[in-house]
Amino acid sequence: MQSADLKLVLPLAALFAAFFVAPLCVLIAMSLSTDAELHGFTVAHYAKFFTDAFNYSILWSTIVLGVKATLLCLLFGYPIAWICSRAHARWQTVLLFLVILPIMTSVVVRTFSWIVILGRQGVLNQIALGLGLTSEPLRLLFTELGVVIVLAQVQMPLMVLPILTVMSRTDPNLADASRALGAGEWRTLWKVTLPLSLPGVIAGCILTYSASVTAFVTQTLIGGARLVYMPLHIYQQAIGANNWPFAAAISVIFMCAVLIVVYLLNLLTRMTPADAKS
Amino acid sequence: MRSPDLQSPGSVVDWEALSLRFVFAALTAVAIVFLIGPSLIVILTSLTASQSLRFPPSGLSFRWYLALLEADQMQRAAWTSLVVAFWTTLISAVLGTAASLAIARSGGAAAKAFDMLFMSPLLLPALAFGFAALVFIYQLGLRPSIPFLVLGHVVVCVPFVLRTTLAALTQLDPALLDASASLGAGGWMTFRRVTLPLIGRGVGAGSFLAFMASFDNVPVSLFLADERTEVLPIHLWQQIETNLDVRTAAVSGLIVVLTLLLMLLAERFAGLTRQMR
Repeated sequence: MQSADLKLVLPLAALFAAFFVAPLCVLIAMSLSTDAELHGFTVAHYAKFFTDAFNYSILWSTIVLGVKATLLCLLFGYPIAWICSRAHARWQTVLLFLVILPIMTSVVVRTFSWIVILGRQGVLNQIALGLGLTSEPLRLLFTELGVVIVLAQVQMPLMVLPILTVMSRTDPNLADASRALGAGEWRTLWKVTLPLSLPGVIAGCILTYSASVTAFVTQTLIGGARLVYMPLHIYQQAIGANNWPFAAAISVIFMCAVLIVVYLLNLLTRMTPADAKS
Repeated sequence: MRSPDLQSPGSVVDWEALSLRFVFAALTAVAIVFLIGPSLIVILTSLTASQSLRFPPSGLSFRWYLALLEADQMQRAAWTSLVVAFWTTLISAVLGTAASLAIARSGGAAAKAFDMLFMSPLLLPALAFGFAALVFIYQLGLRPSIPFLVLGHVVVCVPFVLRTTLAALTQLDPALLDASASLGAGGWMTFRRVTLPLIGRGVGAGSFLAFMASFDNVPVSLFLADERTEVLPIHLWQQIETNLDVRTAAVSGLIVVLTLLLMLLAERFAGLTRQMR
């Protein structure tokens, strides 16, 4: 990097060093200290986390929540990207606009609207009762299913956009060639389109997963007080119990858990055929 | 776009192709209802004439929007959010564009490392970073304040500026910069007259995303804002947690409509949907 470029990158690098890297280092130091003044050295907070089944189950249910929300996003997000990449330019803009709209709207507002939909007397229950699908109101609010549904809506754009980017770069002649050689549409999708779009799928999964596990607002408002996930756990320990070293240890464990999944998904990218070419 | 379909030989109606299209179109249709429905429902609910959040609303009125005029605390929170989002966007746009220029121009391992560092707030749990920032500020012997809140927001919002600006820079023809330099323009002159007009839409779209992300941020504000510096999303979050009333629906309706208007403007002037691909 030349000195002129260094000068340009320096202000942001300094900000990140002072207000991103340094705080994370202090956080790690705090997680290894006996008290909030950074005295002593101990791994007791980590030991406490991993020996207590309650803590352990929170971490596990957070990871499972992220996986479920990501899979639901993929189920709907892939078809949207597929349709979008084949649509005419004007329709493509309209579709994309509709996909981006929710992610631009405040997440508190989006979650709030789901409370109106999922509640006991909510829109969904009124429809289900009206159609006679159920005799009594379904419990959707304060359940894991409810949180997964809302997370999927909230994070959908993060799945669609990377897939679409990769799809619109792919040569459409490849799919046409597959069909000309006698493969049907489903076979073409499975053997040509899907493998070629895999880098986009993985990028989308990374983004939706890391956004879903950390979605504090959606988790607390839809999940309620009884469904505790890692972000609420950190918040309760830090602000409620005022136990900073333990909260720091949970934060570090949570970050590692997220990064490990991201790393594993990244490894997958390297094995895909589309990446091997470039 | 794409070359005309090749008819598969022997069959007049390609059932297989139709079935794939049908399944994907159906999933997309469900997803679109799923994506747009909640926003419509919140707007309709906010127009209710009654005290309850029932849908469909019983009678239409703007009474809850009028009630917002008296909601002092909410207005203060909204103002704080706007001020924080303004400074966050300004700092993110300037520092993010400068860093993007350097990263795009130099390439190499150092540029890649910087790129990864600046993008990492998107992947790391923002709530853990918010807590880390709080711990850090206390260790320095200071207390959270608006400037710290802004800096915290910049860290989590600058990736948006970086992403769209870097994308715009990769489409910039380096020959144009060489031409400008060989005609005697200095670095700043070239940036202002050549580079910026060409990447302006990318910077604009990124700044828009950064503004929305800051205005909407909860995980960082949760730790760096207190009662005096309460921001709107936190205020609304607490309202919904404790005493849900129809005024919340009215603010939500207002936010949905304003977001839609801002997005239409961003689409018109920065080609938002194209920048996000």
